[in-house]
This record gives sequence, structure tokens and C-alpha cells, in this order.
Amino acid sequence: MIGLTHFLILAAILFVCGLLTVLTKRHAIGILMGVELMLNAANINLVAFNHYSAGDRLDGQVFALFVIVIAAAEAAVALAIFLNFYNNFGSVDVERANELRG
Amino acid sequence: MQAILFYIFAALTLAGAIGVVASRNIVRAAVQLLLALLGVAALYFLLGAEFLAAVQLVIYVGGTLVLIIFGVMLTARASQKLLNPSRGEQIAGLVSAVVLLVALIASIVTTRFPDQPAPLGRYSLQALGQDLLGDYLLPFELASLLLLAVMIGAAYLAKKRPHAKGEV
Repeated sequence: MIGLTHFLILAAILFVCGLLTVLTKRHAIGILMGVELMLNAANINLVAFNHYSAGDRLDGQVFALFVIVIAAAEAAVALAIFLNFYNNFGSVDVERANELRG
Repeated sequence: MQAILFYIFAALTLAGAIGVVASRNIVRAAVQLLLALLGVAALYFLLGAEFLAAVQLVIYVGGTLVLIIFGVMLTARASQKLLNPSRGEQIAGLVSAVVLLVALIASIVTTRFPDQPAPLGRYSLQALGQDLLGDYLLPFELASLLLLAVMIGAAYLAKKRPHAKGEV
């Protein structure tokens, strides 16, 4: 029988994969992929909690829906920024984005 | 039956996620991300969230991922070799990730959660629509406003400016 614990552990592993991607990749778009993985892990948690313990409410699904919408918006803005960065520096290495350092 | 499907989809998702972490090639990482997102959509089906699964397929797989692949192609001249992490970065990242994973799993395993799904009295899709245009009307409208702002902002940011280099 698959319980809530299974889904939570799966989401935890998925989240850690996303975190590891964010921590180790230097490619800006790779980091964006890691963020998407982390958001998906959070979404699995929301939907699983909704399925197993919310009774008649669907709040978890609604939250997950908003997360998906805002993730799409975030990806669009992030890619626009990366394109600008690439046009200016000819690279998408996040280590080179240090011109604003104080 | 549900258990078998869960393990299949979980394996698909994790294979994709680990592929994203381990892949040295950004295009391969995008393809692995596709696998992970498909697995998550299938898990939503298992969790009785059919509409969310469809939204995941349409927006994530059809929208966000295509956007990411476009971004990869538009920045294709960037050197791949320079972007790989050094040994030290890999070890530091791996250690912090493993610590977090152990902490998360320990807290999940030591907590008692309900094992049986809570029965949903209403039809899920209809209820979701009623919730979105009822209790969540204000966030729903704000999301549309956000999308408009993002559309204009992204188009403005991505516009090619002739003397961008001199202005920086």
C-alpha cells in the first residue's frame, strides 16, 4: 500500500537532486533546471498532502496550480535575463556575473 | 496495482532528476528534465489530480521546457567544458545535499502520516474550478496580472539593444 510517506520521500529525493543541480552547475540554464526540479518536488508534496489528508478541500491542488503558473513566469523572465547576459558577456557562466559586486 | 505504477513512475522521475544532476551536457540535461516532468505528471494522475497532471503536461512540458530548450539553443556558443563544476565544488555540494536528504528522510520516517487517502466528496475537476473562481478568485486574478507583467517585461529584457555593451 502506497502511503503519504512514499510520496514525501520521493519528493525529498527530487528536491535534493534539484538542490544539488543548483549548487554544482555553473551553467545558468542548468541552475534554472534545478530550480524547476525543486518546485516540482514541492508540488508533489502539496498534491500528496491534499490527497491523503484534506478531506473535502482541494487547497493543495490550487496551490500547486499557482506554483506551476508562477514557475512558468519565472522561467520566462530568467531566460530573458540570461539572453541579455549572454549578449553582453558571450557566456552563461554564473561565475562571471559579478559586476554588481560591492 | 497502484504500488507497481507508483514505483514505475517514481523510478522514471528519479532517473530524470539524477540525469539532470549528473549530465555534463546541457542539452542532455534538458531531455532528462523532460523525463522527470513526465514522471511527476504521471504521479499527479496517481494522486487523483487529473487536471493538475494535464496542466503539468501542457505548461511544464509544453511551455517551460520548450522555453528552456530555446534558451539552450540561443546560448549554444557558450563553451560547455568551462561550465563543469570542479572536484571541490562537487564534493561540497554533494555533502550538503546528503545532509539535507538524511534530515528530511529522518523527519518524514519518524512522523506518523495517514495511510489511507481521504475520500473526496466532490468531483475533483468541478471542485477545483469552483475553488479557483470562489475562494481563490483574488490570487487567480493576480496571477493573470503577473503573467501580463511578465510577458511585457520578458519581451523588453530580451530585446536586442544595439549598444548594450557600452552602457554596462
